[in-house]
Amino acid sequence: MQVYLIRRIFLLIPTVFLVTVIVFLTVRLMPGDVVDLIVADMGEQSRGIDRAIIEAALGLDVAIHVQYVRWVSEIFLHGNLGTSLRTRRTVTEEIVSRIPVTLELGLLSLIITNLIAFPVGIYSAIRQNTWLDYVGRSFAILSLATPAFWLATMIIVFGGRYWSWSPNVEYIAFIDNPIENLKMFLLPAVLTGTAASGGLMRGLRTITLEVIRQDYIRTAWAKGLRERVVVIRHALRNAMIPLVTMIIPQLGALIGGSVIMEQIFALPGMGRYLLSVIVNRDYLVVSGTNLIYAGFAMFLILLTDISYAYLDPRVRYR
Amino acid sequence: MANTAARGRKWPLADFLSRLFREKPLGAIGAILVLVMFITGIFADWIAPFGVNELHMVDRLSPPSGTYLLGTDNLGRDLLTRIIFGARISIIIGLSAASISAVVGAVIGLTSGYIGGKLDLIVQRFVDAWICFPMLILYLTLMAVIGAGMIQLIMVLGISGGISGSRTARALAFWVKGSDYFEAARSMGAHTSRIILRHLLPNVLPLMVVTFSMSVGGIILAEASLSFLGFGLPPEIASWGGMLSGSNRVFMEQAPWLVIWPGLALTLAVYGLNMFGDAVRDLLDPRLRGGVGGLGERGAQMARKALEKRQNRVQPDSLND
Repeated sequence: MQVYLIRRIFLLIPTVFLVTVIVFLTVRLMPGDVVDLIVADMGEQSRGIDRAIIEAALGLDVAIHVQYVRWVSEIFLHGNLGTSLRTRRTVTEEIVSRIPVTLELGLLSLIITNLIAFPVGIYSAIRQNTWLDYVGRSFAILSLATPAFWLATMIIVFGGRYWSWSPNVEYIAFIDNPIENLKMFLLPAVLTGTAASGGLMRGLRTITLEVIRQDYIRTAWAKGLRERVVVIRHALRNAMIPLVTMIIPQLGALIGGSVIMEQIFALPGMGRYLLSVIVNRDYLVVSGTNLIYAGFAMFLILLTDISYAYLDPRVRYR
Repeated sequence: MANTAARGRKWPLADFLSRLFREKPLGAIGAILVLVMFITGIFADWIAPFGVNELHMVDRLSPPSGTYLLGTDNLGRDLLTRIIFGARISIIIGLSAASISAVVGAVIGLTSGYIGGKLDLIVQRFVDAWICFPMLILYLTLMAVIGAGMIQLIMVLGISGGISGSRTARALAFWVKGSDYFEAARSMGAHTSRIILRHLLPNVLPLMVVTFSMSVGGIILAEASLSFLGFGLPPEIASWGGMLSGSNRVFMEQAPWLVIWPGLALTLAVYGLNMFGDAVRDLLDPRLRGGVGGLGERGAQMARKALEKRQNRVQPDSLND
């Protein structure tokens, strides 16, 4: 296991390197120079200020690979992801308070996704081709096609129209008032969670169908075990291995997709922050935020591989 | 069976359609929805009752009525007209981005898998890195960098979809390389060009059709999400996602038809495309269904892993149908 772990972490190095290169180049290749933007912003004040001074202040006066090395070493040696051109605050300062919001939304959505997908997916498989199966599958198909931002808008519009209900726009932190905080997150989490459950449900159904055709399940039935025991102890345990590879990346997708819900329900998370800095064209911060997203996804991928190896010894010795 | 096969060789399309309607009722419903959407989109100029940006300021925000079947928006534009033209926008973006995605995915995946070695190692690390970015975040950033617009949107959705989708094509290249007929062709001294044309390409085409048909729905949803956030198409273009955002949001509570119709159109279109795409996959390329088959043990495993990674909705529907 240890050997596998070390090898796996070493394999991460080129990926980390390429992720930073992609982020760096994306922002550097954009049209419309940052310097021009600053000059345009300063308007009257900019008279007499030399472009070269701004370029030097931003570190843009050296060759591109030197810029890259500076940028990366700043990140990995000092943990400095960049400074906002507008607020002069660092990305780290700005983002620390927003990560918990996005994480909370992501985790709640993940819980709801699983609460829906597990029972429906498994039931759909063990009662294959009954009306329950058809209802479950139709629900899965529909949830995949219905955009969550549309449902959210519908709820806000009709809630406001007929019940004069509207989502709370003032953010309440979990520490201040846990119940009010959870109330804020519930609706967006249910909407994202339901939308995401369709794919997982279909996957679960397929895996369960595959597992319950195995010999050891027939043996379990032949021993006269009750259905609950067969399904939970024999079928589910073995279905867990492929499931892990599906559930963990789901969290990554939910966190990336939370931008829309944060925007609709005015939750001060990372996605909303990213949108605002993109609108303000605060590009240095855009790259910092993107790195955080990618870093989180890399961590999840690593976690998936490790739990896969933990659950299935065959992977470790390959 | 023999009968079907013989007929299949003569009339592949007719055979495909008859199988679609006999074996895949949901796929057939999807096909009908897709057909309706295409007809509406193509003939939008003739079907739509008004011009797409025709303003009727007197009748602004009027509810559904005989003149305006689905109502009007806050500029007095007919909603039905804009939904009909929205179908055209969705089709253009969906088809072109999905084609780009299928071609880019096939080129990257096949080159990487066929040549193998160091090139494969480097390309795969790049694909790994690309997959680390959450899709929506990546699209948002790229759109911000290159600017909003139809062509830009198509390029962003198509190319990044192709990069993350390239793993399936790579798995396929590996499988072809490991097959006996490849070995046979090579030992007979066949040229690389002949192997690519005669052995690789015939195997890749169904895969490309399948990836293409399965990605259109997801691309249309992505376009809608981006336009909804204001990073896709400019507001004067009638896009279903864009109709749910912007200045319309201010008037939605007062005029709820503004929110109902575009979302309904979007849901029906994506539902139809997904169902049709699933049926096309099952009928054209049963190997990708997740069962064991032509791809061989390793190939099937890799193809499946690659499919799972796409997270979208690519899970095989069922083992039995």
